[in-house]
Amino acid sequence: MSLSREEVKKIAQLAKLELSSKKEELYQEQLTRILDYMEKLNELNTKDVEPLYSPCPNKSILREDKVEKYFSKQEILKNSPEPNEDFFVVPKII
Amino acid sequence: MQELVQKSIFEIKELLATKKISVQEVVLSCLEQIEKTESNIHAFITLRDKDEVLTEAKDLDKAGYNSEKPLWGIPIGLKDVFTTKDLRTTCASKILENFIPPYDAEVVVRLKQAGAIILGKQNMDEFAMGSSTENSAFGPTKNPWNLEYVPGGSSGGSAASVAAGQCFAAIGSDTGGSIRQPAAFCGLVGLKPTYGRVSRFGLIAYASSFDQAGPLTKTVQDAALMLSVIAGADPKDSTCIQQPVESDLLNLTLGDLKGIKIGLPKEYFEKGLDAEVAQSIEQFVQDMQKIKAEIVEISLPHTEYAIATYYILAMAEASSNLERFDGVKYGFRAKQARNLEEMYVLSRSLGFGDEVQRRIMLGTYVLSAGYYDAYYKKAAQVRRLIKNDFDQALSKCDFILAPVSPTTAFKAGERTQDPLQMYLVDIYTTSLNLAGLPGITIPIGLGQNSKLPVGVQLIGNWLDEKRLLDTAFKLEQITEKLPLPSIA
Repeated sequence: MSLSREEVKKIAQLAKLELSSKKEELYQEQLTRILDYMEKLNELNTKDVEPLYSPCPNKSILREDKVEKYFSKQEILKNSPEPNEDFFVVPKII
Repeated sequence: MQELVQKSIFEIKELLATKKISVQEVVLSCLEQIEKTESNIHAFITLRDKDEVLTEAKDLDKAGYNSEKPLWGIPIGLKDVFTTKDLRTTCASKILENFIPPYDAEVVVRLKQAGAIILGKQNMDEFAMGSSTENSAFGPTKNPWNLEYVPGGSSGGSAASVAAGQCFAAIGSDTGGSIRQPAAFCGLVGLKPTYGRVSRFGLIAYASSFDQAGPLTKTVQDAALMLSVIAGADPKDSTCIQQPVESDLLNLTLGDLKGIKIGLPKEYFEKGLDAEVAQSIEQFVQDMQKIKAEIVEISLPHTEYAIATYYILAMAEASSNLERFDGVKYGFRAKQARNLEEMYVLSRSLGFGDEVQRRIMLGTYVLSAGYYDAYYKKAAQVRRLIKNDFDQALSKCDFILAPVSPTTAFKAGERTQDPLQMYLVDIYTTSLNLAGLPGITIPIGLGQNSKLPVGVQLIGNWLDEKRLLDTAFKLEQITEKLPLPSIA
């Protein structure tokens, strides 16, 4: 299985990453090799095998729906990349 | 006289309880050891302020020994993957370089409640993605046994730190071997508990159906003590096991292994295992038989598919988990962005390191339309087969004995050029995380040629930590005590 340069660009776009052209080339080669290795799984017939997405045996763990205050606004906004007392500020959208 | 910093937690506890030493002396000995070794090994990303730590020690001394706090006055380290209130938490990534969490991870809450003194945050592969602690935005950690070698990963800073005597124990995280493999490379005990034993609240997610926190320590007894502190249900993590941990977790007994069946998976010893590691394990198996362990051959037929299965699923989960890093609410934001889309894209591209981007790319690909069934679902099906292998194997024996890594620690820079080569190192560790089972690394000696530590892992059944630790404790008695690493 060989990944085209276009496919690499497409994946980067989906993942919201911007790759330099050098990195595109490197990833094209590396991802192709890694995916080739993953192809190994096709040797196995898994037709009736139930997928296991998590080893966790829990069903729904419910708790009382009680309002609790964990943090103040200041504590949460403290790490904001652009400081503001009330909001998270992002570049202008409209 | 053996130096303080080389002692186990239990030895220090005894000295503290009998007032032979003060907490301040213990903390000072660690700070001095850090001073002496840190420039060589680079185990920490963030060290707490010395005066602050010493004041904490002084306060404990003033209040007096408290037998109800199992880690009273014990200096420990934390892998920088756990959030710590008001203490920088980076995950070894530029994208979290200045992140100061407003809350403690549940593990950290419990350690503090138990009286532990946290010295700082330890180096790791960025977002726990790696097997050598070379993928850190803050530079690599070196192995205290030989500075030209890697300490393993991704909890490499924690392993190097404990091995060098900087702290008495550390909490790491294990997604595909990240506690057990660095423990083996640095000559330590490393425990990966059953999935769900320990809360993941505040453990910054890499692959949520695999991630599990656990201790790196000098002895099995210390590992049991650390587990007893951090384990147990947490309402903030719905994947936590609800049943309580055995109250007699610390009641480890000496003796032989009469009646205990140890399974050796034949696939693990067929090919790819380095000769000196194979030789050490062979010797160890003979020693086990001398204390009456019954050795049986078992089979884990899907072993050769474990790496592909693990990486597909872990990368898929990673690509989804790491979507949250968008430069909006915390973490790095690219200043030059002119609009929202550019802010997302540039912050992520400049903030994430190379390996993290590679895994996000692969994860995105295997989850994308048209490939989901072929990769993600397929891998989840094989995960079931691998889990079934373990269920079958563990119905024929009490524990499985396996290598941890095909070789002892490898040289720094040796595998960084080829990501696939680095992934293949994880052959003996990832299966356990796929199945969610507990495993413990114990050191069994030094490799004949490399003179570096060799470890084995003992794998137990679901929630069988008590028996696992008890058996590891008995095995620890038949292994020769390792010498000190050259940097210690």
